[in-house]
Amino acid sequence: MASLKEMRNRISSVKATQKITKAMQMVAAAKLRRSQDAAESARPYATRLASVIANLSAGVSGDGPKLLSGTGSDQRQLVVVATSDRGLAGGFNSSIVRAAKEFAQGLLAQGKDVKIITVGKKARDPLRRVFGEERIVESFELAGQRTLTLASAQPVADAITRIFEAGEADVVTLFYSRYKSVVSQVPTARQLIPAAVESDGPAKSGEAVYTYEPSEEEILETLLPRYLTVQILSALLENQAGFYASQMSAMDNATRNAGDMIRRYTLEYNRTRQAQITKELIEIISGAEAI
Amino acid sequence: MAKLHFSLVAPERELFSGDVDQVDAPGTEGDFGVLAGHAPFMTALKEGRVTVRDGSAVRAFDIQGGFADVTPEGLTILAEHAVEAA
Repeated sequence: MASLKEMRNRISSVKATQKITKAMQMVAAAKLRRSQDAAESARPYATRLASVIANLSAGVSGDGPKLLSGTGSDQRQLVVVATSDRGLAGGFNSSIVRAAKEFAQGLLAQGKDVKIITVGKKARDPLRRVFGEERIVESFELAGQRTLTLASAQPVADAITRIFEAGEADVVTLFYSRYKSVVSQVPTARQLIPAAVESDGPAKSGEAVYTYEPSEEEILETLLPRYLTVQILSALLENQAGFYASQMSAMDNATRNAGDMIRRYTLEYNRTRQAQITKELIEIISGAEAI
Repeated sequence: MAKLHFSLVAPERELFSGDVDQVDAPGTEGDFGVLAGHAPFMTALKEGRVTVRDGSAVRAFDIQGGFADVTPEGLTILAEHAVEAA
């Protein structure tokens, strides 16, 4: 059995850990609120832009820009995996990575060519282990960016556009975690190129004759890259909210577990201490009797 | 007079949403004003000032590029970057 001193040390170390997890939980809760707000206030722009593009693309004759219609092939796949930069958030990152990994392995099994862009430290390392260095064409980190803006998403969008325009990718899929609620974040795949535009029926474009300045095609061509960036930004924002939610509940669990451990150790410690006192008393009494 | 539903949205947040009398915006092919019942119209915007008039109240926003989309439901401006002018 461990000595009393050892047990005391163990209890105080668990207590210190509990303080840290408790603090992390509270920090995550505060940041969750902020990132939830950010994710929500970014939503109107993304939905409006999507509906504008849906309207436009319904009206464009022919194939339209490549970003919208794709290259007509699906041989070369680009997978963009967005995670957080930090860990200690339960299964948050690993569930995104797992979804992306299964997707990419499925593509490889079909004989497709797969390239990977990672956003966030926690995507790069596990994916590099599985797919090797040469498949990961670009890696981005968001470290130190407290508030995500379009500028945070721009480099990622630029890299995607560059690769796409160099003809090295036909289909681009983005993996991130959709923020459903504090307790539920769902790893989600979203096809970026060809742009999957949810059109709410062709009704709108049919009834109204739009005037375009400059031409329809020109507008669409400048809108699509922006749409790409906005989609990435909204994925990053949802990721951030999901990350903090997941970290909060992971740290809540950790705090509770630490509490359980402290209770168990304290009980054991007290028992041992009492046993020792009893033993010492017996020794004294029997020694006194012997005289 | 019928009111125009106007919303000004930046990537980070929605800056304005509500019913107004008139909105003036800087289109790439020239400045334009939108009243209620404007014909469907879409244009790119250049850097400049968006002025929102509602009765005697006037609010101005400085934007850096974006798009304006006029539908029968109203006017939506998707600005790349927008701040309310002092």
